[in-house]
Amino acid sequence: MTRVPARIGRLFAASFVAGAILLGGCATLPGSEASRSPRDPFESYNRAMDAFNQALDDAVVAPAARAYRDALPEEMRALVSNFFANLWDLPSAGHQLLQGKPERAFMGLFRFAVNTTLGFGGIADIATPAGIERHREDFGQTLGRWGMPPGPYLVLPIFGPSSARDTLGLVLDFRNDPISYIDSTGTRLGLRALWIVDLRERLLDASTLVQGIALDRYLFVRDSYLQRRRNLVWDGEPPEDDEEEEDVYNGK
Amino acid sequence: MKRFLAWLSCALMLATAFGAVAAEAPDALINRISNEMLDKIKADQDLRAGDFAKIAALADTTVMPHVDFQRMTALAVGRNWRSATPEQQKRLMEEFRVLLLRTYSGALSAVNDQSIRMKPMRAAPEDTEVIVRSEVVHQGREPIQLDYRLRKVDGAWKIYDVNVLGVWLVETYRNQFAQEVSSKGIDGLIRSLSERNRGPDQSKKP
Repeated sequence: MTRVPARIGRLFAASFVAGAILLGGCATLPGSEASRSPRDPFESYNRAMDAFNQALDDAVVAPAARAYRDALPEEMRALVSNFFANLWDLPSAGHQLLQGKPERAFMGLFRFAVNTTLGFGGIADIATPAGIERHREDFGQTLGRWGMPPGPYLVLPIFGPSSARDTLGLVLDFRNDPISYIDSTGTRLGLRALWIVDLRERLLDASTLVQGIALDRYLFVRDSYLQRRRNLVWDGEPPEDDEEEEDVYNGK
Repeated sequence: MKRFLAWLSCALMLATAFGAVAAEAPDALINRISNEMLDKIKADQDLRAGDFAKIAALADTTVMPHVDFQRMTALAVGRNWRSATPEQQKRLMEEFRVLLLRTYSGALSAVNDQSIRMKPMRAAPEDTEVIVRSEVVHQGREPIQLDYRLRKVDGAWKIYDVNVLGVWLVETYRNQFAQEVSSKGIDGLIRSLSERNRGPDQSKKP
């Protein structure tokens, strides 16, 4: 059983190294000194990788997502989204347990059982309307809960925004990914492709919005990602920053 | 003596009543504004279609009276705010306001049967800065986290930061603003904002 996830892990590592070499040559691109942040020491590499991902998205992923949106009505696409979300509910429940939240782990497991059976393999989400909400967890969040700081911001090839911690989490999560246990290569790759297209379709409006309101898309995405992940680690209520922020405005 | 006590209790009752009106609790305030906004959006097709003038008018009458927008802009601009002239500060506030209205106007088309769920607030009575947490609940979907930072100014609570899905607005713009100012100055930042606001990809044309 471990054979398949290991191969995907290697594939992932290989694509990462390949991407790094590919972009090593142009690592001195835009990266402005002005925005240099302690959380982003590899900004020039990250910006180059971001440009690569953006080009890939413009050429392949976003057009596929738009075609998918045109081809299927919203109700059908919701079934696809539900199916993939339900698959991940099982590892999420495991992470709840690792994070010391047994009630949520139990509810997550219950949720998965109900949706998988009564929800026709997960395509119908009947647990959410019944008040059993989804709490999506992953290894990055678990490591964060255990006290590991996010480390430097990293833009991964294809996967996009991440951090040192979340990259480690991603590699570990590949071992839990239910899709990786499917033996037929064709089915597995097909499901992965559908999963990516489904994910991207749901982000179409958001990415258009960001294009319209960001002064610098890279910074907008980076600063949103880091906040969002911290928020997820703390289940929506992160502790206030210790560092005393300079109050540039003292009211009237 | 009896009459004195009667008057005293009367005065006390009045004082408490006025006190309650003057300082509406921050979570009660957010709950009231959120529902007012939602009701008005649900009732008006033009708002959902992205009619910018109407959306701006609604925001100005419903939300803006409860926003310390100068503080919000100042925090997003960061330490450069102090070196800006009053005229530059005014222009920054104008452009930032349009940018935010554009940000949120696109989301209104998705409004249909959502409701607001307030989360319990942890605050001491003497606090002058609080975080109010809420969720947009939509039948059968995952709730959308929506939090606010408020500060008590002259006895009234004013919003100065908003958090959508864990991302604070001010923090998200701070580095972008700082980058613009350090490469092009404060006027450069004003120019970039204004170009963004009037750019070709201005969203939602009817």
